[in-house]
Amino acid sequence: MNNHRYDAIVIGGGHNGLVNAAYLAKAGKRVLVLERRHTVGGATITEEIYPGFKYLIASYLISMLRPEVIQELELARHGLELMPLESTFVPLPNGNYLADWPDHDATKYEIGRHSLRDAEAYDEYSRTMRRLAIALRPLLGMIPPDPTSVTPNDLATMAKVSGLLGQMRKDDFHLLARLMTMSAADFLDEWFEGEALKGTKSTSGIIGTFMGPRTPGTGYVLLHHYLGEVDGVFRSWAFARGGTGALSQAIASAAREAGVEIKVNASVAQVIVKNGVATGVALENGDEYFADIIVSNADAKRTFLKLVDEKDLPTEFVNDVKRFRISSPACKVNLALDGLPQFTSMPKGKEALLRGSIEIAPSIDYLERAYDDAKYGGWSRKPFMDALIPSLLDPGMAPPGKHIMSMFVEYASSDLEGGWNEEKKAEFLDIVIDTLAEYAPNLKNIILHKHIMTPWDLENTFGLTAGHIFHGELALQQIFFLRPSPQWSNYRTPIQNLYMCGSSTHPGGCITGAPGRNAALAILEDRP
Amino acid sequence: MLKTSPFHSHTSALMQANQWRRWAGYTAASAYEMTHDREYLALRNACALIDVSPLCKYQVTGQDSLRFLNRLVTRDVSKAPIGGMLYTPWCDSRGKIIDDGTIAHLGENNYRLTSAEPNFRWLQDNASGLQVEIKDVSDQIGALALQGPKSRQLLMTLTDAPLASLKYYNFVNTTIADTPVMISRTGYTGDLGYEIWLNADETSTKRVWEAITMAGRAFAMQPAGIWALDVARIEAGLIMLDIDYTPANKAMTDGQTSTPLELGLDWAISWKKGNFIGRKALLDEKQRGSSSLLVGLEIDHNQFEREHHELGLTVPYPFTAWRSMIPLHSNGTQVGYTTSGVWSPTLKKYIVLAHLQPKFATPGNVVTIDLDVDRYRRPFKAKVTKLPFFNPARKKDIL
Repeated sequence: MNNHRYDAIVIGGGHNGLVNAAYLAKAGKRVLVLERRHTVGGATITEEIYPGFKYLIASYLISMLRPEVIQELELARHGLELMPLESTFVPLPNGNYLADWPDHDATKYEIGRHSLRDAEAYDEYSRTMRRLAIALRPLLGMIPPDPTSVTPNDLATMAKVSGLLGQMRKDDFHLLARLMTMSAADFLDEWFEGEALKGTKSTSGIIGTFMGPRTPGTGYVLLHHYLGEVDGVFRSWAFARGGTGALSQAIASAAREAGVEIKVNASVAQVIVKNGVATGVALENGDEYFADIIVSNADAKRTFLKLVDEKDLPTEFVNDVKRFRISSPACKVNLALDGLPQFTSMPKGKEALLRGSIEIAPSIDYLERAYDDAKYGGWSRKPFMDALIPSLLDPGMAPPGKHIMSMFVEYASSDLEGGWNEEKKAEFLDIVIDTLAEYAPNLKNIILHKHIMTPWDLENTFGLTAGHIFHGELALQQIFFLRPSPQWSNYRTPIQNLYMCGSSTHPGGCITGAPGRNAALAILEDRP
Repeated sequence: MLKTSPFHSHTSALMQANQWRRWAGYTAASAYEMTHDREYLALRNACALIDVSPLCKYQVTGQDSLRFLNRLVTRDVSKAPIGGMLYTPWCDSRGKIIDDGTIAHLGENNYRLTSAEPNFRWLQDNASGLQVEIKDVSDQIGALALQGPKSRQLLMTLTDAPLASLKYYNFVNTTIADTPVMISRTGYTGDLGYEIWLNADETSTKRVWEAITMAGRAFAMQPAGIWALDVARIEAGLIMLDIDYTPANKAMTDGQTSTPLELGLDWAISWKKGNFIGRKALLDEKQRGSSSLLVGLEIDHNQFEREHHELGLTVPYPFTAWRSMIPLHSNGTQVGYTTSGVWSPTLKKYIVLAHLQPKFATPGNVVTIDLDVDRYRRPFKAKVTKLPFFNPARKKDIL
């Protein structure tokens, strides 16, 4: 029994669980991570589904990973290598294209081909978003305060928050207040006239969310994605050599070095609660492990509606968790390719654009229609896609001369009418491929293998409720001190010694490591 | 991916050292020869031909053109008759400078504005409610600067236009090699010089380029690149966007912005013409006083030379202009920073452009700058000097 006793147990070896475990272990705790699958990483994973081809079956790019996590866990030494994407390529149905590059003049030229005004507005837009991101960035590393509380901690944090906002330029602050409540489409309409530019820029507002670009609140999601940076370059997205799974391995390596014990194929069935205090966990195989600190990396619904007995929780909290919005429209498609897709609109001499993001997002209308199709339990007849050919950046992702293509696809409802099944998966996968083939006609001839992860698969594989990649919508009513519940946004829970460290907590989804790190800080406040 | 100037086939044929740089999204020559020394010397002693086509150019027409421009810029545009030009900065509503350039009064309700950065959106937005049409003609007009004491004589061999009597900041329409051109007595060197504006088509650019270079042989004319131009513009105390000031719409913080008053452009603000963008803020600043001022500095060259000689070294003259922000101190406190500096071969002085707190900005005041002497960083005296450093009578003379 003794060797089943730890200082802390982390339920789930997703990237935040691993980060949390690493920080706790570095603070001297004896930590056990229990992972249900055969490997750690959760949705931050690379899997060889088809021999020789490494698929990004869930997450695919890194931008929001906190620089302090990279530094403090020494992730570079543990094998993390990031390669920033250079460009975005948006093929258009009329045979034209839009592109942006990290180079000012190159982007000005590409956008200026469509609108001179937009080329100039783009500079100012990017700078404005960067200023907002710089102003808000410190919030990411904060344990959210309770604004109604007068404890010294909460008051001090609230003072910090108002300090941050007070430092902003007046016009920036007003813009921020508006952006937070607007739709991405309305916000972009104020800046740009080009349909394609507005389309591709609005995708940051809808990625991972079951909202259309015209839904109020998508302005915030847009900003959320602007908080990312790679080596100080804001709004830059990077591919990790070996895929996002390599990041999980790097964090796991840092965690193990700090003394963390990781058990895979260890599926937690229940958190053991005695007199309102969490004391341990029981696995599905009956094994039990005990600790003074139990941390759940699972989403709020899974944690409180499945792993914990409802009777151990206050009713209002259970209600908060039940109404936490988590429907998801996000799918992931991977293709093993015998060659490169040839986009008809790809200009000669600019084939390097294939190394960046390839977005099927020709206009706001296109995206809004894609949403309309899905919102009553359906899927987009013409989906939005954010594609990437990782094998052009890291040849180790596919056999020589072959490629993989990873596509983030929206929208396909997690609440599909009649439910998901293999036939429906195949049907939607065909729609995705047909849509992309309209822009790259050779696509179907070079597909060696295809694979789709629908919300249903994301739930079944990773335990993400409704397959929601952010563990719950990044909607205004459920961010910061409201995430996942107003009284319990500081990583603590109504059950003593039970903590949360996943994306259902502030600052929400994406590969950030922030919930994991912030939760560790909160835990160490309670148990230094 | 960079665009090329309409003179690129001609300039690239002369390029000896493959020293190109980018300028406003265009490929531009840094220097044609291995060093820019001769190009600079030609600028000050004979004449030099510089391709300035990358400048942004906007045509402003319509019955409210004058009203629009007077609302936009700080100068009083009504002071420029047809055939006249003026230099002016323009600001945002906080009085922070956005760009600076020239306005040519081409004809009735017809103006051309040049700028360093694209301004199409800013112009359009501020023309709202006015009867004006703004056209970006940047790519349709080629521009060559012929600068230096022999520039007038050279051009007079190519045209009958009354260049002898053409005043500083005036222009004439004429032809060179049967090609219509506009010749303005303007430039970025603070010297006698002209800018030749013409249609950017292949025939026009070829004819004009060839005519000028052919005639230039008799006047020791030299094609010159940005390095030579940069030395000349610092000597002339002419500011450069992104170097001596950060345009307000590019600034990430308020601290990065500048105002025309801070940049010594008081003379380019008309308080009497009525309202213009930023007037209120600038008036406040005028009454309150600016928080910094652009000044010239002369570095104590004797000391610079002595400290090198003490180490057994010759003095590494900074012949190519540097563009660095080096802190300036007075009694151990930072009181400003530099923006660019260079050795002036004409003045025999090490000159610097800098922003200083006003109480340290009086001519004759001395501040401290740390400069590298071989492997060491040493403090040097830098004396505040009135701008421009170099201002020859020939710049404005008429024959």
